[in-house]
Amino acid sequence: MAVILDAQGLQKTFGAVTAASDINVAIEKDSVVGLIGTNGAGKTTFINMITGYLKPDAGSIHFDGHDITALEPREITRLRICRSFQIPQLYQSLTVHGNMMAALGVLLSNAGLGGFFSRGTPLVPGHDAGAEEVAARTLERFGLSAYRDSNAQTLPGGVRKLLDIALTIVAKPRILLLDEPTSGVSADEKFGIMEMVMKVARDEGATVLFVEHDMEIVSRFAQRVLAFYDGRIIADAPPEIALNDPEVRRYVVGGALQRLGQGAGAEHA
Amino acid sequence: MEHIAAVLVDGIIYAAWLFVAAVGMTLIYGVMKIVNITHGSFYALGAYAGASMAGAWLARGYPPMLSYAVLLAAGVVVALVVAPLIERGLLRFMYAKDEVVILLITYALFLVLEDVIKLVWGVDPYFIAEPYGLLGSFEVGSLSYPTYNLILVGLALVSGAGLAWMLNRTRTGKLLRAVIHDPQVSSAMGVNVDRFYLVTFTFGSMLAALGGAFTAPTVSVVPGLGVEVVVLSFAVVVIGGLGSLPGAALGALIVGLVRSLSIHYLPQVELFVIYFVMALVLAVRPRGLFSLAEARKI
Amino acid sequence: MKLDRTQLALIAILVAVAAGGPFLPKWALFLLTIAVAKGLVALGLMLLLRAGLVSFGQALYYCLGAYAAGGIGRAFGISDIFVQMLTGAVVAAFFAWLFGFLLARYRGIFFGLLSLALSMILYGLIVKNEALGSTDGINVLPSTLFGIRPGEATLRYAVALAAVGVAVLAALLVHRYMNTPQGQLAPAIKDNEIRVEYMGASVQQAIHVMYVIAAALAGIGGALAATAVGHIDPDMAYWTSSGEFIFITILAGTGSAIAPFLGAVIFGIIHTVAYDVSPNTWQLTLGLSLLVVIVFLPEGLWSLFKRRAARKAA
Repeated sequence: MAVILDAQGLQKTFGAVTAASDINVAIEKDSVVGLIGTNGAGKTTFINMITGYLKPDAGSIHFDGHDITALEPREITRLRICRSFQIPQLYQSLTVHGNMMAALGVLLSNAGLGGFFSRGTPLVPGHDAGAEEVAARTLERFGLSAYRDSNAQTLPGGVRKLLDIALTIVAKPRILLLDEPTSGVSADEKFGIMEMVMKVARDEGATVLFVEHDMEIVSRFAQRVLAFYDGRIIADAPPEIALNDPEVRRYVVGGALQRLGQGAGAEHA
Repeated sequence: MEHIAAVLVDGIIYAAWLFVAAVGMTLIYGVMKIVNITHGSFYALGAYAGASMAGAWLARGYPPMLSYAVLLAAGVVVALVVAPLIERGLLRFMYAKDEVVILLITYALFLVLEDVIKLVWGVDPYFIAEPYGLLGSFEVGSLSYPTYNLILVGLALVSGAGLAWMLNRTRTGKLLRAVIHDPQVSSAMGVNVDRFYLVTFTFGSMLAALGGAFTAPTVSVVPGLGVEVVVLSFAVVVIGGLGSLPGAALGALIVGLVRSLSIHYLPQVELFVIYFVMALVLAVRPRGLFSLAEARKI
Repeated sequence: MKLDRTQLALIAILVAVAAGGPFLPKWALFLLTIAVAKGLVALGLMLLLRAGLVSFGQALYYCLGAYAAGGIGRAFGISDIFVQMLTGAVVAAFFAWLFGFLLARYRGIFFGLLSLALSMILYGLIVKNEALGSTDGINVLPSTLFGIRPGEATLRYAVALAAVGVAVLAALLVHRYMNTPQGQLAPAIKDNEIRVEYMGASVQQAIHVMYVIAAALAGIGGALAATAVGHIDPDMAYWTSSGEFIFITILAGTGSAIAPFLGAVIFGIIHTVAYDVSPNTWQLTLGLSLLVVIVFLPEGLWSLFKRRAARKAA
């Protein structure tokens, strides 16, 4: 498969802390990669470097052959590498529908559409319909239509996460980075949310990287696992191998977990 | 050589005045996270109270040397009366609002107090020069300065040292620093945050009032006295860093010396240069010359 | 072309002033012109406020506009009111474009304080400079319109009409802008800047643009005030002048492009009436009014109109 994202020799230190130490990873198009590791191991730093929020001290990141190392987050988004957030970044004063419309509005603004002199309803870049229709469709796909008129602040945790990811999806990402998509979500909702997100991502043809602490989610949905520790990648393998690797068990998973890795292949074979 | 001495003495005297005038504002910001425009009103209240009370004292033929105590008392009393009224009566209901909104509320109060002062003391100037000349003068080279100016320097040193001691060496200071860092956690641990806010607001305003009271003998006390003090205090406090005590001292020194230099060498830039330094600090180091770290956002 | 309520209202106001203006006493026309001038500054402030930014130094551009207008009169004898307004706008916009590179990175109190510092720098420059008129200020030539010098009787009307005409045009443009995706970035930025940035927009650029527009509007306002009063002085750049503009903006609210002008008119009325009643209590009246609005009507007076409209629709 073609390599869509290529990170080479990434280095990042914050004073005495090494957040990334010679990270080399090639992500293949259409793959689903899980990033695991304890807090501070370097997973979020890795995502932050890809999205331009942090600049590596050394090394480079290439997307489809283009060097994106020095780009700003908004430029990365425009290249259609989009991320969701650990703490959902929603418009607090708006409803779910309002959030959608505001996000789509930014996309329209980026493309200079719907400006001063135009008439009629412009098509949202990357979509075949205007903002209202894209909003309705997207809410439907994520099962959020029932919450359409609820204010963002009143939403339960899982719904907030879904909305955050939905806002990310409308930017039509080719690479979708999910930062702990099920954290803060109740146990009964976790799988449902992940199923829904993965289905949409698949339909959109996006390559997915997700950071997770829940090893069952990782083993169920990831085709490939990158385990981080102390700024290094200590394992890079399919979940059934990576999650049972002794180093990974010691530094990431914890010894108590039994026999993981079943079912991952079935999701994405 | 003499010119440099003059620049230094002028600069230090002005810096002392600036420090006393501005330190209350930085204290209030540091503890309560509010930018307090009413600060200028307290300065004016102190000046008017000082001028009228000392004036009455001297008119009655009481010992002139005690007029300094009267000035002190005027500043203290006026703050003790007005500050709690404002804090308990209005501000404490507003703490949940955005910091810019609270600033606008203090601005509205400033407008109100400007007229309250006019209503209480009238619009005619107050002029009590006696305490200013009473202590004679001292020489620096061939220049002579009224010794009175040393009172301002003394006041600055005492208030600065006193605040520093209180913050770092007393139990109250420790609790205050806890409140500065996190009012909610402090409150959860049993600290009476409300009371600290009241005391801080009163004390900070008192310092402004004292600044005004002791300035009264050196100027003609007229309406609008507090207007300039507000914006100068902003400059001092911003240069040093909002909420920083050593910052206020440094800011006062910088503004004082810079102003003194410009008065002596290039008078046209006197005002311009003060605000230029303020803008420069904001451009290069927005949190001031004594700044604290900022946490990561995402 | 279908016009919405705001656009209709603005055009109606212009027509009303054009038709009724000649019958208004001169002092009323003068107050109207000043209200329009200040309303323009407030209109710009409103744009910034929508994005969550409060400028404590809009007086900078008001003053620059005034001195630019007065300057071309002194230097070149130009007194055409439209040229004066245009010059004010261009000069103000230029400096805002320059300062915007720095200011657009600031938020909250720091944005306010830096904008304040810049306005006080201008104040300081003018006050101590004999060449710029110092504290005495400069007199401004009476305006001409398209080469015609209006007589004493019609000057106030002509100036007021020109002012209202330009203001209505500005308000129409701003109203249009507020409803475009670019204009809608402002409330999104205020709510969650990170989300806006990660949807691919440059927040800094958006704020820079708004800042320049706001400055241009203030520059026009300053030029108008200069010609209406016939005199300019450095107090126009003082922090209390900025305070007045903020007061008007808060009073009005951010609901509509008409609101700042409504706020300016009400401010003018309060000022005049309160000052007449008692010169020593008008600031008190202003202060109390501001407190009342902040505490009980945080969305400004315009929210009263919105509530009524909502109730009618219900």
